[in-house]
Amino acid sequence: MHESILVYRNHRYLKWALVLAAVSVGIYLIDRPLGAPNGGTWLGYTLGCIAGGLMIWLAWFGIRKRRYGVGKVSLEDWLSAHIYLGTALALIATLHSGFQVGLNIHSILYVLMMVTIISGMVGLYFYVRYPLLLTENRKGLSTEVMLGQIAELDRDVRQIAMTMDDATNAAALKSTQDTIVGGTVFQQLRGFDEHCPTTMARHFVESSTSGDHGPQRRQLLTRLIRKEDLLKRIRRDVQLRCLLRVWLYVHVPFSVATLAALVTHVVTVFYYW
Amino acid sequence: MGDTYKIAIVGSGPGGLSAAAHAAKSGVSHVLLERTDHLSDTIYKYQKGKYVMATPDVLPLRADVTFSAGKRETILDNWNKQIEGVKANVRYKSDVTAVTKDGAVFKLKLADGAVIQAENVVLAIGLQGNLNKLRCEGADLPHVQYQLDDPDAYEAETIVVIGAGDAGIENAIALSKQNTVILINRSSEFARIKQGNLTLITNAIEKGDIQVYHSAETAKIEENAIILNTADGQARVVCDRIIARLGAAAPRKFVESCGIKFPNEDRTSLPEVSSTYESNVPGLYIIGALGGYPLIKQAMNQGYEVVEYIVGNPIAPADQPLLERKFAGLKPANVEDVLAEIREVIPVWHSLNPLQLREAMLDSDTHVLKTGATIFKRNDYTSSFFTVLRGTVGIQIDANDPSKVVTLGPGAFFGEMGLISGRRRSATVVAASDCVVFETPRRTMLKLVQSVDSVRRTLDQVAIMRQVQTHLAPGVPAADLMELVETAEIQKFKAGDVIFAQGDKGDHMHLIRSGSCTVSMRVGGKDVVLSYVPSGNYIGEMALLADMPRSATVKAAHNTETVCIKGDAFKSLLDRSPTLKANVEAKFRQRIKANEQMQKQPEAGNIIEFLIAQGVGEGTDVLLIDESLCVHCDNCEKACAETHGGISRLDREAGPTFATLHVPTSCRHCEHPHCMSDCPPNAIHRTPGGEVYIDDSCIGCGNCEQNCPYKVIQLAYPPDEKFNIFSWLLFGKGPAPGEAMTYKGNNGYDHGEKTKRAVKCDMCKGIPGGASCVRACPTGAALRVSPEEFMSVATLSG
Ligand SMILES: Cc1cc2nc3c(=O)[nH]c(=O)nc-3n(C[C@H](O)[C@H](O)[C@H](O)COP(=O)(O)OP(=O)(O)OC[C@H]3O[C@@H](n4cnc5c(N)ncnc54)[C@H](O)[C@@H]3O)c2cc1C
Ligand code: HEM
Ligand code: SF4
Ligand code: SF4
Ligand code: SF4
Repeated sequence: MHESILVYRNHRYLKWALVLAAVSVGIYLIDRPLGAPNGGTWLGYTLGCIAGGLMIWLAWFGIRKRRYGVGKVSLEDWLSAHIYLGTALALIATLHSGFQVGLNIHSILYVLMMVTIISGMVGLYFYVRYPLLLTENRKGLSTEVMLGQIAELDRDVRQIAMTMDDATNAAALKSTQDTIVGGTVFQQLRGFDEHCPTTMARHFVESSTSGDHGPQRRQLLTRLIRKEDLLKRIRRDVQLRCLLRVWLYVHVPFSVATLAALVTHVVTVFYYW
Repeated sequence: MGDTYKIAIVGSGPGGLSAAAHAAKSGVSHVLLERTDHLSDTIYKYQKGKYVMATPDVLPLRADVTFSAGKRETILDNWNKQIEGVKANVRYKSDVTAVTKDGAVFKLKLADGAVIQAENVVLAIGLQGNLNKLRCEGADLPHVQYQLDDPDAYEAETIVVIGAGDAGIENAIALSKQNTVILINRSSEFARIKQGNLTLITNAIEKGDIQVYHSAETAKIEENAIILNTADGQARVVCDRIIARLGAAAPRKFVESCGIKFPNEDRTSLPEVSSTYESNVPGLYIIGALGGYPLIKQAMNQGYEVVEYIVGNPIAPADQPLLERKFAGLKPANVEDVLAEIREVIPVWHSLNPLQLREAMLDSDTHVLKTGATIFKRNDYTSSFFTVLRGTVGIQIDANDPSKVVTLGPGAFFGEMGLISGRRRSATVVAASDCVVFETPRRTMLKLVQSVDSVRRTLDQVAIMRQVQTHLAPGVPAADLMELVETAEIQKFKAGDVIFAQGDKGDHMHLIRSGSCTVSMRVGGKDVVLSYVPSGNYIGEMALLADMPRSATVKAAHNTETVCIKGDAFKSLLDRSPTLKANVEAKFRQRIKANEQMQKQPEAGNIIEFLIAQGVGEGTDVLLIDESLCVHCDNCEKACAETHGGISRLDREAGPTFATLHVPTSCRHCEHPHCMSDCPPNAIHRTPGGEVYIDDSCIGCGNCEQNCPYKVIQLAYPPDEKFNIFSWLLFGKGPAPGEAMTYKGNNGYDHGEKTKRAVKCDMCKGIPGGASCVRACPTGAALRVSPEEFMSVATLSG
């Protein structure tokens, strides 16, 4: 119904990036520098300027994103350009280096930049793929509503278990009290909990051999199964939403580091000239 | 029985107390009867510390008590002192339950049994009505209250809210933030509440924030508990507080019981009064909000004036200088002469009484125009109404040929189509010669149409002809349409009403003049929506042309008005006009094709149905989120907050989702904005582009918040200071972009001269580039759509 950033404006920025890449590669192949190709030739300077400019421009996106209500261009435009030109940067910077990567300050910049770019690509994958998974997983319910349904189930579970034997009651209570959704970033990212008290409670009720409280047992079991299903979905929801965010904690710090390294790179190049 | 007063004033709001003060000062014998034990109950019940406005600024105050903008407390203190100062005769705890006339003397019966006699009665009881109370044992215990001023004032209590109407539900939700809330609903489900509230309460219940008893009645109230009769027997609920929101009995019944007539059954209609505020019962006067004047200053002026009129002193109303200014550009500019000329020349205004005419003119703008000046343009979204006093105007009926003009002379009116449909103007209108026209705002016109039948009739006669000419039979001379128009009638439908059903005999057709409809067909035992038909289109011609039963069901998507046209008249028109016949048949074939296409895609029909239920059908510009693209970053909300004083006017996560289409809580910019319908200072407007916005004159009364069915208006304090992104980034100063300002809420913060005001989406009016939310969405998930384009077959199947 609506355009995603990949196909935005009929791939306008993909085309720009391709042209930029093709021109750079073309000149690189035609150019016959004195000695080995590196950043010090006229072409090296040109590519270096383009790459440096691109980096600054790409990082500016972080500011632009927060300047609301300004400018006529939509953020989607910016992002679409960001991803394609950012990818082109990988190539241009590589050409700029003339494939000379060693253990020095210049290569640190290269590595930082590549980490930023790769994290950007990972993020892009998440951005393109997860929204639909998230929506499908929710089945029209919001996270809050799912949590509310769990609370409701917990109330029932507690009430039913109260009339049952101590062991069952304890397992059920543990399910209502100790089940966690979310937690640390790592717990969120895992999307499941193998020690989930709810699952354990269900196993316990299923396998319990005592024949008493037949109807209650069945009621309890259906509630626990429903809760487990909701938990599964909600953990998936949390996981996906966390993934959509967490990569930025690599992308942004590395962007800043890239910028810092860029400055150092430029200063050292001119200083040792 | 005591002596007979010259004037008995019922109700001590601003209107009543001003009347009493003036009577006291002028030495007229009087009594002011007030139901409660304090003055001016409506204002007494405003939120504590509310800053009360003195709008409209231009209206001079004429009263013996002072009033200027200020804190509620200050104003009430002032009035108390001054009423005492002038020695007004106030009788508190005097609830007037009946007014009867016995010869020349009125008898006012009070709730405590006393009877007051007076020669004249001034009704100044406002519109708040009588709060309904519980009728069981314990209904008057101290922990039972019948209204709620500030939900944030309660914390960690168990509160039972009785009454699952909008007020009860809103209270319950607001209270549930800090308290345990139990809601008591008399019926088995939530009926007749706003869509937005239904979503909120359903969510709150699902989340476990609020517990509900359905089908429950209050049996008894005890010291710290309430006893309920439920379907499963009696239940005792322990609680700290009981808030019963059982609605108010509108004052209309009481007013009618005094012998006063209303022009029609409409809920909003006002009692008729003369230019001296006298009703149809001689000696019985009506002032203030009850008479349709919703502001404090107006009520106070009328209080003063009514006393003058009663003692036989025909003073000019306080608004005289305003009218003088309105008419200043006219020659002669004498107010009385101009009013007389208007009445004589313009038939629509003919039957208004002098007070109504003054009021209409006060609200209107006078335009003195030179030949060629544009009055409005085709496709504007304006909805004001124009009348011609002098000179002529030209209506350009053909978009492609501006020389095709219909000329209207003095006395004519135009602009009624935009007024009725709420849609774009269908023609450009220019001054054909030097002319004088009045522009009357939509709200004033609606009030007049509602309360003066002859205005409605005059308007409809001409409007039907023009609607038929514009939307059904362009180019057909009026003479040929006479038969059709004369037999046509206007029909009104509410949301969901069936206009005609599949299989019915088709002997008439409808031209939709306001609102919109859905067309659906039964396919395999299920209703499949085939299309959305906005106003300005006709429906039901298919059965007529094919001489067959109706092939589909047509329902009103929301409040809808149609011109119902008789089949025979339509057919004979087609026989006389071959081009029209060709056009109608072409459209007929087009529709059959589109219907076939839609039947193959029931999904698209489901989307239409869903969107209509969310009020998208009556909007002009609606924010939707494509959930297949949304990464839940909330940048849209942050953008809105950042460009609107720290308060986001949209709530992305809230609102329903269908397939991957999500309708967040945000303004739909309705064609006939519900929020506008009773805003005392008239602060809500619609721009020519269709955006509905609230201006600075908002007094924070909350009516619009109540009236919007989609719950998109909030009351909030205006921002203090705008923060700069760099100062946040570099110095951590102020809230992060998009974050709420710290003072949001009213936790002991002194807001000084500030008052909460209504805020809502203004479509980023005034921000170059338009909607900030949409522009800030990195993935293009947020989009703004107009229903007409969006709900077309082409889009939905694309
Ligand atoms: C929340 C809110 C905020 C507002 N803010 C503003 C503002 O800032 N500026 C502004 O200009 N306007 C404001 N208004 C509108 C304003 O309050 C009213 O226009 C004004 O109060 C109307 O005055 P009135 O004298 O006609 O009636 P009311 O003020 O309604 O007074 C009616 C009085 O009659 C008494 N009464 C009713 N029935 C009987 C009876 N049967 N027997 C005896 N007594 C009876 C009532 O107890 C009450 O005291 C606001 C309204 C609301 C609801
Ligand atoms: C050196 C190269 C790059 C730099 C310096 C850079 C920098 C940034 C910055 C500063 C942000 C803003 C994050 C925020 O504040 O929320 C951002 C966002 C983003 N970047 Fe990059 N980026 C680079 C390359 C890339 C590449 C190659 C891709 C993808 C192929 C990419 C994809 C994204 C995406 C998807 C976002 C998220 C947008 C949003 O949520 O608003 N980036 N980048
Ligand atoms: S605020 Fe007004 S225009 Fe907007 S959705 Fe509500 S009623 Fe409609
Ligand atoms: S259009 Fe502007 S005011 Fe309306 S919701 Fe979007 S950002 Fe807010
Ligand atoms: S800005 Fe766009 S992607 Fe982000 S939450 Fe809003 S609609 Fe979703």
